[in-house]
Amino acid sequence: MTVCLLLQIKLPATLENLAAFIEPVKSCAEKQGFSQKKILQIELATEEILVNIVNYAYQDHPGYVQIRCSVDDDKRFGIEFEDTGIPFDVLSLDTPDVTAGISERQFGGLGVFFVRKLMDDVRYYRKGDKNILKISMSGSAET
Amino acid sequence: MKMSTRNESGATVVSVKGKVDTVTAPEFGKYLNEQISKNQNSLIVNMAELYYMTSAGLREILGAGKELKDKGHEILLAGLQDNIRDVFQISGFASLFKIFDTEKSALEQV
Repeated sequence: MTVCLLLQIKLPATLENLAAFIEPVKSCAEKQGFSQKKILQIELATEEILVNIVNYAYQDHPGYVQIRCSVDDDKRFGIEFEDTGIPFDVLSLDTPDVTAGISERQFGGLGVFFVRKLMDDVRYYRKGDKNILKISMSGSAET
Repeated sequence: MKMSTRNESGATVVSVKGKVDTVTAPEFGKYLNEQISKNQNSLIVNMAELYYMTSAGLREILGAGKELKDKGHEILLAGLQDNIRDVFQISGFASLFKIFDTEKSALEQV
């Protein structure tokens, strides 16, 4: 399996940098021929993950996020997010109760839930002092 | 993101256009709350020209919905584009709120 790196960006983990990550990821997905619907899903998943890293990864010092977009032989589009913040597996979060009524419904947990639902595959692992989250969307042929 | 408000008989109609994302969601929430305090009736949010909403936007809708419920009113959503409708389905919000194809059909319900 050959994986071709399409894009790599490393910037401080701040809300101000959100667009500087998201816009290139979108153009990258567009070049892969994804439908508008899938591009919006990729954009949404990317934003939700970045916001989590910005808000929670670095508690007492500033840090960075690095993203890498790639495509493999099967036209699977992958985005890898790397940070050196506190070890945190977002996939360990409880699934929000999406059946709760309006008064009982809690505010949190939806972002990560979206990522799991919208992307075809989501994996987390630790590599040294790094959190790595890799999401992927299957090939543009089946838009 | 652009927002505007009209008062119709029986409801306040807020139109929101563009993107409600992490950056713009707090302003959207503040605007909804201002309309809720100003107008003592139900709120219709016209999303016909909204093309992107993240979980931050949904949290503001939920906050507004809870506030209105406490006051004996409700929030009605109209004109959702397909991808916004998907986000409402996935999050279960589609069963929490009344969703209409058009603002006109929402107005007929209040």
